[in-house]
Amino acid sequence: MDGTRIIFWAFAGLAVVSALACITRRSPVASALWLVVTLFSLAALFVLLDAQFIAVLQVLVYAGAIMVLFLFVIMLLNLGRAGPTDLKGPLGLGVGVFLAGLLLVQLLVLRQTGLATGGVVRPSVEQGMIPSVARPLFTAYLVPFEITSVLLLAAIVGAVVLAKRKL
Amino acid sequence: MLLEPAVTVSGVLFALGVLGVLLRRNAIVIFMCVELMLNAANLAFVAFAQQLGVAGQIFVFFVMAVAAAEAAVGLAIILAVYRHRHSVDLRNFNLLKG
Repeated sequence: MDGTRIIFWAFAGLAVVSALACITRRSPVASALWLVVTLFSLAALFVLLDAQFIAVLQVLVYAGAIMVLFLFVIMLLNLGRAGPTDLKGPLGLGVGVFLAGLLLVQLLVLRQTGLATGGVVRPSVEQGMIPSVARPLFTAYLVPFEITSVLLLAAIVGAVVLAKRKL
Repeated sequence: MLLEPAVTVSGVLFALGVLGVLLRRNAIVIFMCVELMLNAANLAFVAFAQQLGVAGQIFVFFVMAVAAAEAAVGLAIILAVYRHRHSVDLRNFNLLKG
């Protein structure tokens, strides 16, 4: 086991444990903060997988912007205190655990079959840097990139219309 | 190569997100679990991008943009519903129930 692999498993374990804490904590604020830990450890995994630019985006956009939005709404609605548990009853618990376990088994079985793609292993030192991500983004993927801006505009207008009391 | 461990972790995180959506009743927490699932998919994309070229990372970029838009609109919907029902508990959202 080399160093990269040890660091990978450390952050992977941290991500899984904090995801588990996120779905079991009663207070929504605690849930959100555990999710931030998960997002940070995923950013570390992205760095290990040669995606440095995506890792920076993950910290800025997810852990920065989106989670602040979540915490802001929780504070705005005054939901910070841990109320009575909102977990479902024994029947819902059993069905939920069964379905999620089934999905997990399916995903892990799927992993056994198709991963040996033998794809081109590139010299991937440069791959995750900004130039090698940005160049295809502004040439081959230019149209989806522009459509994304329309999507974000629509989201802004939609959020304002929905959240405003009276227009 | 970290492809297989990364895909394993991605599958575990996705299943945890599904578990959260199925178990919780708080609309905001369910929404956070959806974000967790999106991140698990992103991890799989990045892991395959390491082997098969940079297109996977560009796709992660688009997933993040869509997730940001989804979070903004979804939280606005939760706010609007809270104004009518004074709760974010899914048991109180039963207007369409026959």
